[in-house]
Amino acid sequence: MPIISIAGVAKSYGSFTALHDIDLDIERGEIFALLGPNGAGKTTLISIVCGAVSMTRGAVRVDGADILRDYRATRRKIGLVPQEIALDIFSTVWNTVSFSRSLFGKPKDNAHIERLLRDLALWEKRDNKIIELSGGMKRRVMIAKALAHEPDILFLDEPTAGVDVELRRDMWGLVRRLRENGVTIILTTHYIEEAEEMADRVGFMKGGRLVLVEEKTALMRKLGKRRLVLTLAEPLAALPAELDGWHVELESGGSQISYAMSDGAEKGAAQIIQRLGEAGVHIKDMAMTESSLEQIFVDLVGAAAGSQP
Amino acid sequence: MSAPLFNLRGVAAIFSAEMARTRRTLLQSVVTPVLTTALYFVVFGSAIGSHMREVGGVAYGAFIVPGLIMLSLLTQSIANASIGIYFPKFTGTVYEILTAPLSAIEIVVGYVGAAAAKSIAIGLIILATAAFFTPLQIDYPAMMALFLVLTAVAFSLFGFIIGIWAKTFEQLNFVPALVITPLTFLGGAFYSIDMLPPFWRTVSLFNPVVYLVSGFRWSFHGAGDVSLTASLGFMTLVIALCLGLLVWIFRTGYRLKP
Repeated sequence: MPIISIAGVAKSYGSFTALHDIDLDIERGEIFALLGPNGAGKTTLISIVCGAVSMTRGAVRVDGADILRDYRATRRKIGLVPQEIALDIFSTVWNTVSFSRSLFGKPKDNAHIERLLRDLALWEKRDNKIIELSGGMKRRVMIAKALAHEPDILFLDEPTAGVDVELRRDMWGLVRRLRENGVTIILTTHYIEEAEEMADRVGFMKGGRLVLVEEKTALMRKLGKRRLVLTLAEPLAALPAELDGWHVELESGGSQISYAMSDGAEKGAAQIIQRLGEAGVHIKDMAMTESSLEQIFVDLVGAAAGSQP
Repeated sequence: MSAPLFNLRGVAAIFSAEMARTRRTLLQSVVTPVLTTALYFVVFGSAIGSHMREVGGVAYGAFIVPGLIMLSLLTQSIANASIGIYFPKFTGTVYEILTAPLSAIEIVVGYVGAAAAKSIAIGLIILATAAFFTPLQIDYPAMMALFLVLTAVAFSLFGFIIGIWAKTFEQLNFVPALVITPLTFLGGAFYSIDMLPPFWRTVSLFNPVVYLVSGFRWSFHGAGDVSLTASLGFMTLVIALCLGLLVWIFRTGYRLKP
């Protein structure tokens, strides 16, 4: 059973439709990255699951329970780190994190709060007021608040937007540790490298639609373009006749030949190299290039935009 | 572990956080209304009281005590409850309240309970302050306590609604400054409406604050401008209207949950 099951969820604001009938299952223990440009509906979707936004129609189940009928049970399982830093700036770090735990109905557990603050490098700042903290520290406090009630599911909405490299690496480490402890993580991000680095599966959103959901490595295998690039010892004016019928292109003023590979095309690569040898063309260097998730994303978003009315 | 039927810890967390906010702003929250009331006693009780010794057989200083407490109770209840919910909306921290396993009733109990508790505390402090200026007499203490609690709850509910409705700090202050304060001053806090010409007396009967002040004054001196039943009935009506409006707000998510 998926830990989150989203079925036919739509959200409209007057005549504007922010989400179009989204169906999505999140598996227990996975890291799921929701990608998409601004206004794609990522935040709206996760806000609906968390209870901060009402859906226009559809149903969401968390660990088998309906989020509207059994909201007490479902919300206790969820932690949310919103995109914007939103904190009571006059409260202390310790008090605001403890407040979050109590709000979710959990009994006081100072040992847990201490562990959390130490994990997030906030222990030394526990008595400081939020107003005295740096932006990065505040973001850590937001995470501590979301984890204060020991949720099974953590939503991270643009967790590393505007944070420095060190904090980003720290957060990635934290996310991995949480997953090792069985926490399911759903993150939205603009940073494709973040999804590429951490996610088990990715979902692409565009214009309120879920364009694609796929296991990350399978997606890269399916949609990622691998190219064999051969650098020639002497530039050619035209492709040799031996390569007629092959999907190869002459590039860089005739000094490179590139071949778009598909699954099982390794044999084709070998044949191209052999035929070039037969044609007396000498190869100086060869390289294999692969599409990044970012390139796949750009292609997908472009395709989705083109297919919309 | 199954979820409890009532999230008592959650309600207590909201209540405590609101009370902590009062402690942080002690000067603004407690000292200011007490000082203001003391000034009212000096200006009205001493200056006017020296010319108007008694109203309805009650010394003027003692006569204005219920009205002064009611004045603070109304303004403090509205101010505390409205800022209590407006501030999380303004800072964005309301997301945490909306995503927590809290029912609408629990959210209201937390915020309105804290606002009402603060107002009642201020009301009692003002009562104690008044004792320094004039001899106090409370004929019906239980009824006084009932009026104190009902008024604080009713207007904290009203303030909570204003806090949800307001989109700006200007809107937050609009109703208290332009509606509540004039109604309070014209609601018989410093005079008996029997002292007014017949036309203005009739007009005053449309002022809801008259019913609050009158009922509260009745609990002190056994006499008021309108009947006790009318006062209690009015209070019940305010609470019922506010609760009805809050049910609608939480059902529709009006200005709270898009």
